[in-house]
Amino acid sequence: MAVLSTVDVTSSIVGFARALRAAGIGVSSGQVEAFARAFEWLDPCSLVDVRLTARATLLCRREDAALFERVFDAFWLGASPRRPALAKMPLAPRHRVEARPALAMLLAERARATDPERTVRDRSLARSDDEVIGRKDFALMTELELDAVRRLFEQRRWQFATRVTRRKVARSSGEELDLRRLCSRAARGGGVALKLPRRTAKIKQRPLVILADISGSMELYTRVLLQFMHVLRRRLADVETFVFATRLTRITSELALQNVDHALDEVASRVVDFASGTRIGECLHAFNTQWAGRLLARGAVVIMMSDGWERGSAEQLKKEMRILREKCYRLIWLNPRLGRTDYLPRVEGMAAALDHVDDFLSCHDMQSLEAVARHLELLPRRRGGQPSLSLYATSSGSVA
Amino acid sequence: MPSAEAFESATQVREVLGAFDYIADEALSVSVFLAGKLGRPLLVEGAPGVGKTELAKVVSRALDTELIRLQCYEGLDLAHAAYEWNYPRQLLEIQARGVLRGGAGADAASAPAAVDELFSERYLLRRPLLDAIDPRRERAPVLLIDELDRADEEFESFLLELLSDFQITIPELGTIRAARRPFVLLTSNRTREVHDALRRRCLYQWIDYPSADKEKQILERKVVGLPQLLARQIVEFAEGLRAAGLYKAPGVAESVDWARALTLLGVQSLDVASVRATLGCLVKHRDDVDRLSGGLAEALLSRASGS
Repeated sequence: MAVLSTVDVTSSIVGFARALRAAGIGVSSGQVEAFARAFEWLDPCSLVDVRLTARATLLCRREDAALFERVFDAFWLGASPRRPALAKMPLAPRHRVEARPALAMLLAERARATDPERTVRDRSLARSDDEVIGRKDFALMTELELDAVRRLFEQRRWQFATRVTRRKVARSSGEELDLRRLCSRAARGGGVALKLPRRTAKIKQRPLVILADISGSMELYTRVLLQFMHVLRRRLADVETFVFATRLTRITSELALQNVDHALDEVASRVVDFASGTRIGECLHAFNTQWAGRLLARGAVVIMMSDGWERGSAEQLKKEMRILREKCYRLIWLNPRLGRTDYLPRVEGMAAALDHVDDFLSCHDMQSLEAVARHLELLPRRRGGQPSLSLYATSSGSVA
Repeated sequence: MPSAEAFESATQVREVLGAFDYIADEALSVSVFLAGKLGRPLLVEGAPGVGKTELAKVVSRALDTELIRLQCYEGLDLAHAAYEWNYPRQLLEIQARGVLRGGAGADAASAPAAVDELFSERYLLRRPLLDAIDPRRERAPVLLIDELDRADEEFESFLLELLSDFQITIPELGTIRAARRPFVLLTSNRTREVHDALRRRCLYQWIDYPSADKEKQILERKVVGLPQLLARQIVEFAEGLRAAGLYKAPGVAESVDWARALTLLGVQSLDVASVRATLGCLVKHRDDVDRLSGGLAEALLSRASGS
């Protein structure tokens, strides 16, 4: 039991706040002040009281609770924190150990092995090269070409579908009278408003959720698709990202790093099931029960990136796809195999899922991803609606 | 005179809430006690139906004070949350004056005063937030900001001013500040993450599903004439459902509803037929109903009777 003298209470409080911050739990000075003031009403010799008070005042999200308890024990009881507590803190990129084979390097190694003869000079700024890159399958690309793809991602302007919210903002061309401003204008103008102030509904970007398959059968595409996710995550507001093979992992915070290599390294160190088998149905079930309620309100768009090779039951996959589609505004499936001219969705899992997909597009080369990007900008206004004709022609053109 | 600061200790909070049939665990009663003493808002998160809103109702009854409730929704703005000017009345007033002036000739000197008069308390419509911090109140109310996750970020940013200083600034009228801090309770079902800036201004409490013991106590207090055996079976069945990974797991509110329904039907002990007949009280998602009808109910029942 921790017994505190009145003298060192303050320094203990401050020290504990520092320990929390060091472990990655953000604590504001206002919270620390509240904790200190709370000592007035609690018995500082009772560890239970101190613990509950600390929890009420300093902890502000449930996810941090386990880490919080460990830091608490370490600080007030002198127990040495177990390793996992430290492992939660990501190393700054400059401190990273270089020896670890990064995902990017591994995949580049494999890409090179499939295409050993070709030597390519870095002429990626030349236009003709862009065109070659545009139509080349990601799976066949060399390291240099993949770099060029990355540059193309970075240079592009990314936009995403919007929705009409129920919040109103002032706009002169709005459809509704702004009575509040009308009255204040009229009062100032001696009873006459020279111009009628109007307001209209605010437009916001839709939330986007990306679920990417990183199992063995997708391996050759994983790197590019992760880069694609990274650039969307960085450029758009409100993007959530997950990867799955045999289990679902949320990688939104990992992809927040600015440098794409560091971000992908971070993902590689976090994800345990790279290039393993696939259980799409089970992973979707995990998403539907744990995350869907939190992320799919407000008209979210969901993108699934997978080839549909399912080791689990196709029946379950079908059911989960139906539930997922009920909950989101639009469900888009990207399949790199769709790029092959002879492709038919014969894989059992893919055939099962297709019934519940709004759009089925390819993602095997730069052109098809461009088509996807255009598609995302121009999603139809109504749920389940058909995309506009011109767009349909371009996207299906790249698919065929 | 009871006010939020009147709670003497966390133990007392627990007893008082218990007297109103709300069974709070130690962590929750410490949070409620501190929220009163420190004058900070309390943010309560948890699965639907674990008694977040109920907590506010019970605290207001325990303190014998008014409960002011603000239900959040997307697009909720100042005009509906805090205050609005009574436009029809203002417009009528403006027109009436225009008529008078047209008859009597322009009076330039009184114009500013007339404008001030137009934006006075007479034309102000008070909405829940302004109502809660009205300095003329003799007793601090309990302010419940319910389902904050349904509102949007813009509304959250507006709450920041209110929740740190308990004041609202009306440009035409000045700043209105609470004489006594209301007891503020925010709830969230986590359909959207509440922003960190707001979290840090609050005390935080996660309410989990209750333990079997606690849930049984709740059922016995809330449902009159509930047989002992049935209460135990209901609790075990509900726990089993929560562990089964349903799309929408039943909360305490659902198990209380279910217990009431079963009692009304005169059921003494759970069996497959009675579960089937009352399924709608407990699970509310089509696929969950399918799962229960497809064997899960039998499995849970055999476990409940076997233990």
